[in-house]
Amino acid sequence: MAVLVIADRDGNTVRDTTHKTVTAALALSGDVDVLIIGQGSKAAADAAAKIAGVRKVLLAESAGLGHQLAEAVEQTVVGLAGGYDAILSPATTDGKNFMPRIAAKLDVAPISDIVEVVSADTFVRPIYAGNALETIQSSDGKKVITVRPTTFAAAAEGGSAPVETVAGADAGKTAFVNEEMVKSDRPELGAAKIVVSGGRALGSAEEFHAVMDPLADKLGAAVGASRAAVDAGYAPNDYQVGQTGKVVAPALYIAIGISGAIQHLAGMKDSKIIVAINKDADAPIFQVADFGWVADYKTAVPELMKALG
Amino acid sequence: MKVLVPVKRVIDYNVKARVKADQTGVDLANVKMSMNPFDEIAVEEAVRLKEGKEHHAAGTATEIVVVSIGVTQAQETIRTALAMGADRGLLIQSDSDLEPLAVAKLLKAVVDEEKPDLVLLGKQSIDGDNNAVGQMLAALLDWPQATFASKIEIGGGKATVTREVDGGLQTLAATLPAVVSVDLRLNTPRYASLPNIMKAKKKEIAVKATSDYGVDVAPRLKVLKVTEPPKRAGGIKVTDAADLVAKLKTAGVL
Repeated sequence: MAVLVIADRDGNTVRDTTHKTVTAALALSGDVDVLIIGQGSKAAADAAAKIAGVRKVLLAESAGLGHQLAEAVEQTVVGLAGGYDAILSPATTDGKNFMPRIAAKLDVAPISDIVEVVSADTFVRPIYAGNALETIQSSDGKKVITVRPTTFAAAAEGGSAPVETVAGADAGKTAFVNEEMVKSDRPELGAAKIVVSGGRALGSAEEFHAVMDPLADKLGAAVGASRAAVDAGYAPNDYQVGQTGKVVAPALYIAIGISGAIQHLAGMKDSKIIVAINKDADAPIFQVADFGWVADYKTAVPELMKALG
Repeated sequence: MKVLVPVKRVIDYNVKARVKADQTGVDLANVKMSMNPFDEIAVEEAVRLKEGKEHHAAGTATEIVVVSIGVTQAQETIRTALAMGADRGLLIQSDSDLEPLAVAKLLKAVVDEEKPDLVLLGKQSIDGDNNAVGQMLAALLDWPQATFASKIEIGGGKATVTREVDGGLQTLAATLPAVVSVDLRLNTPRYASLPNIMKAKKKEIAVKATSDYGVDVAPRLKVLKVTEPPKRAGGIKVTDAADLVAKLKTAGVL
């Protein structure tokens, strides 16, 4: 069987999430092609060609594909689908946006956010905010799957796949207006080895940044936030970790002033080591924390900064 | 403008789901059920489009039709939406839990009948966590889609939608009719007042069966088992920063 991986790319580079999706694809089949969708994306295609295990890279470029608009991506991918038994994409906001659309056009049931490949037709995915795992078997001839990147290892570099150009579609009824990306010098939340996350206890946006930013810089960490902190306006939306935000699984997750609601745990409970700093000894976060410290963040964080040297 | 809002009855978001001992699913007997939180936001936005709240012109929406697909008790979910300000409801009865593909096909049949200008729905249900129905409905209708909306402006035959994407915000203009799925920060849903709950009892809810639509709703996915996620080993408490840092170094994460 042949598998098509739709790459997650950023300008000239392919993101780590693509490498992780290739790992999931290789668990299905040895014939894995990577599709780069965009405009002016030759460099990204060359980068994808270096992923070990990739058979070939397909490059689809058109004006309508520049912003990965769902309608144009769907047309492009459906045009290529005939040659593939499975189509995979990382479960990023882009993947979640266009993959179900592709599935509906192909009349197949999409399989969202898999965390394990059991066999070529059987997969494991979390449901109910990660409180249950379902093992599902697909009877569809073609599988359309999004992959939770945090649970797969990244495929190595070292390949040298050929790059082919394929036709790209135009957007049609949707037009891109603009985008406002949050600029940050810190590691990306989804890929960071250490994440420090703040909750509602921090009380204000000023306090949130005054406490979290120096700690993150000291640890080379990304900054996350609970939904409560985001809803209160202490942190931007894309900091949110949880069922409705990002799912992270860093080596170290430090939760500061976060109670540990079900929806937050869904986004971080697969972290290797979880540290909780909270002054409420009964906070649910302590049930999942490897190291719990019952303390007010106002004294604990400065102490921690000092101990880190 | 007519707005169609699909809503789903799900386990209440505050309830921790328990896996059944026989691994056939999650135990929903005697568990509190509510409207999916994202769907509440969709209903609220539709009502604001009608009332002219926030940045919307009054009367942008002229009629709000709420549809739910599921068991008889899903009428309560529709009733909640009617009490929030929707005009009438439609229940498509089904005792089995339908997959997003089947739901999208049924909703397409409803759209073909009702001819709304906008379908407004939640980005995902908190039980299946699929995040798929809106996108699939848009595909089946060949309509444009704008997912994960945190701001919606209607005007000039377009829905201009700001979307929550990885890394920030993106704004798109989708030509109407369109499908828009809503994210958490679009609005704060209202509580229905007692008089409005009473008034909602007089509003019409049509009841149909999935078989009335001649749509293939056969499942494509077979659930082999539902299990509990692996439990984390019990942790330990620390009382000072030096101890914590030492332990993190021993664990190899610092």
